[in-house]
Amino acid sequence: MELFKKTAAELSGMLKSKEISAVELAQDVLARTKAVDEQVGGYITVTEETALAQAAAVDAKRAAGEELSDLAGIPVAIKDNICTKGTLTTCASKMLYNFKPPYNATVMDKLAGQDVVITGKANMDEFAMGSSCENSAMHPTHNPHNLNCVPGGSSGGSAAVVASAQVPLALGSDTGGSIRQPASFCGVVGMKPTYGAVSRYGLVAFASSLDQIGPFGRSIEDAAMLLDAVTAYDPRHDSTSVKTPFEGGLRAGLNADIKGLKIGLPKEYFGEGISAPVREAVLKAAETYKALGAEVFEISLPLSEYALPIYYILSSAEASSNLARYDGVKYGYRTPNAGDDLIDLYVKSRSEGFGAEVQRRIMLGTYVLSSGYYDAYYKKARAAQRKIREEFAGAFEKCDVILTPVAPTTAYELGSKTADPLEMYAGDICTVSVNIAGLPGLVQPCGFDAANMPIGMQLIGPAFGEQTLLNAGLAFEQASGLKNIIAAL
Amino acid sequence: MKYEAVIGLEVHAELSTESKIYCSCSAKFGAGINEHTCPVCTGMPGALPVLNKQVVHYAAKMGLATGCTVNRLCKSDRKNYFYPDLPKAYQISQFDVPICENGEVFFYVDGEKKSCRLERIHFEEDAGKLLHDEIDGTVVDFNRCGVPLIEMVTRPDLHSSAEAKEFLEMIKTTLSYLDICDCKMEEGSIRCDINVSIRPEGTTELGTRVEMKNVNTFSGAVRAIDYEIARQIDVVEHGGTIQQETRRWDDVKLKNTVMRTKEDAQDYRYFPDPDLIAVEIDDEWMKKIESEIPELPISRYERYLNEYGMTAMEARQLMDSFPKATLLDTAAASGRITPKAAANWILSDISKYLNDKEIELQDTKMTADKLVDMICLIEKGTISGAAGKKVLPALFETDETVEQIVERMGLKQVSDEGAILAIVQEVLAKNEKAVNDFKNGKNVTGFLVGQCMKASRGQGNPQIINKLLAQELAKL
Repeated sequence: MELFKKTAAELSGMLKSKEISAVELAQDVLARTKAVDEQVGGYITVTEETALAQAAAVDAKRAAGEELSDLAGIPVAIKDNICTKGTLTTCASKMLYNFKPPYNATVMDKLAGQDVVITGKANMDEFAMGSSCENSAMHPTHNPHNLNCVPGGSSGGSAAVVASAQVPLALGSDTGGSIRQPASFCGVVGMKPTYGAVSRYGLVAFASSLDQIGPFGRSIEDAAMLLDAVTAYDPRHDSTSVKTPFEGGLRAGLNADIKGLKIGLPKEYFGEGISAPVREAVLKAAETYKALGAEVFEISLPLSEYALPIYYILSSAEASSNLARYDGVKYGYRTPNAGDDLIDLYVKSRSEGFGAEVQRRIMLGTYVLSSGYYDAYYKKARAAQRKIREEFAGAFEKCDVILTPVAPTTAYELGSKTADPLEMYAGDICTVSVNIAGLPGLVQPCGFDAANMPIGMQLIGPAFGEQTLLNAGLAFEQASGLKNIIAAL
Repeated sequence: MKYEAVIGLEVHAELSTESKIYCSCSAKFGAGINEHTCPVCTGMPGALPVLNKQVVHYAAKMGLATGCTVNRLCKSDRKNYFYPDLPKAYQISQFDVPICENGEVFFYVDGEKKSCRLERIHFEEDAGKLLHDEIDGTVVDFNRCGVPLIEMVTRPDLHSSAEAKEFLEMIKTTLSYLDICDCKMEEGSIRCDINVSIRPEGTTELGTRVEMKNVNTFSGAVRAIDYEIARQIDVVEHGGTIQQETRRWDDVKLKNTVMRTKEDAQDYRYFPDPDLIAVEIDDEWMKKIESEIPELPISRYERYLNEYGMTAMEARQLMDSFPKATLLDTAAASGRITPKAAANWILSDISKYLNDKEIELQDTKMTADKLVDMICLIEKGTISGAAGKKVLPALFETDETVEQIVERMGLKQVSDEGAILAIVQEVLAKNEKAVNDFKNGKNVTGFLVGQCMKASRGQGNPQIINKLLAQELAKL
């Protein structure tokens, strides 16, 4: 029946009407994984057994007449940096190759409470550091639209399993674009919620002040469903958690009527660094919005040019501290090559356990926090962060949402950028500001380039403007028909 | 040449909160290895801290009690370093904005009032413990990890081990008055690092300082300071110079050894902890904290000396115990007895009872009302002082009133002269030999009073017995 090709919203209806069972659905998507994931490499761990057991439990509950959530029985893949009790959570690192958390992330408890079926743990750049999924210590993930290309990163596995229809929904995490850029490269919907909207408890930290969990789906409605399921005020476990005005009500609040919506196009995001096909596709989307009755005009965000250095200073500083706990003492990888010397144990475990990019960022972060450099780098970056926040706040006095490209180009070939880390970092130019300012960002497909690779666009909203973003996204999705795009494999 | 020592202290006190500073694990001492742990306090991947507000409350209380300014917005910072007892490889502490700043602590040394300024008080998490004797290898016990601490940093205002000891005692007494630390030295509740330098007497410039770690008792602090002052003088006298370094005190070998030189000074790379948001102490909260500060020990001490006319030793003994001082002050506040009368009971029989039973006053049923009632009964002559001592255990152990106890134990004193006269006459009649001895000039008063007390079953008023016995003997 090719259930795997359907959206979560469609499947939810079919499960509710008992047209299909959760077990049938789980079997169907797991079969799809068996058929395609050898090529795609989207998963690190497939939890077939537990998925089938969860699905059977959902069916039993439904048969018993229990009232179930919209997501009950819907398969969801989880990025491998989100702690899943008893299931490997590796962060795609040798350092955590054997780590099975004795606890669930808050989002996992939320999903379990809604009887979601977890299909497995998705590949990523090691500790979420990277933009191509090539930094995974396990294996690279391939873009389902062209297996020679990267899926983007760091949540490349989550984007790829959704794009290749191995699962309708997946969770990722976004620190500087790690949900949005792979969504763009793989032609799916991805959203980075407002900082604090989704609990970070159990998300293995990369840069705590920037990290945020968010959904992938093949439609706006699907992304809204999953975001509804995981949004939760969690003050007992996450001090940075905030109470949102929309908790759980985004899907119900969807409304494609966007007449009068004010859309700002920041000129700095359409400059030289952006490839022509991407610029043209996003500008064409702006035209679509005009036709739908939105007011589209140019704005300016002059501080955008500082966003990239600010991001790499702040995120690396926090990462250097967050990743210091992986020392070979308590869990994860411990070098077999250390003698009795404690420092030797630390140095060798960390040198052998972490990949090159992670080590690079730890060194960078250690440097910017060091005595004598702190004021010049970290402190200055924090001050500049406040300026960027203010600049966005000013922009949102003029417009309701901001429309930008997601990445300078479409997905590139594996290996083509790994030699030059700076070139790789430059690919994050359009996405990092959103994290620095703690804002929500929505990415969805808006076209294809000449090689038929997906192009995404990004809508940025003010804090807690998720509903406005999703409504604007829905309006474009309906007008463009760019929904439920499945890579031909 | 004569030298003056300059001493500054960093005192760590564990706060007696129910749960740890960033998770809900018990903060109690003494559980089995790693029994009080969870993903948060063992620094597991993805686990996040949530600040226990009781810690802020307690730290602010100590700040107010030591005259500090309390910063209403409490931020947290990470102090990064590697050690196996620190599971996150950073300690959550406070760096540039401590919760309390610029305080001053007063204390007496040999009858002279001194003070030591506090630079700051901040809160932070304790680390775990490495146990080297459990197995072949080392066990890391994370029970203590995340137990809340306050660190109190002084200015270099102290000049001798005696001053340091009295300062530390006053910090301990203050912590106990505020009920924010259980002050069990043997469990490591209070620990300190000591900075010592010397300079020629009469000069004001500070010398190079040496930090000493691993000082776990106040008497150890005295030994460590005396040793270090002597060592530095010895170095200088022999033409050497003092190196800025950290030395480890060994309280068994009674010497210290170099731990770290200035060159290996660690860069802790402090930065604001992004996992924690600043906690604000609002006006209402601040008022609540202020309302919980009792009269401080030094103030009570001076009152006992100056208003109650006690000796320094008595005043000190009472000040040292918040429950005893409170018992005294509450009893005195009744206005029915003199403070001295209450103090005498507290310092003698009450203290003896508590010592013998090895219990704390606050864990007994003794109240100021009961103590006052008992003293009043003695002063009125309803019971004797000796009867008071018999009543005392029941005051600690039962809910009965003093009257009920006196009644139950039959301790009411007979002061009726007619009744006592009858007893005296009966005793004289029965003790012919004593009467004869008296007539022969022997002193038998003590014996006869004893017989009268016995005949009254201990209830006869001894003064009246004495008076009437003398009167009757005179008639012979």
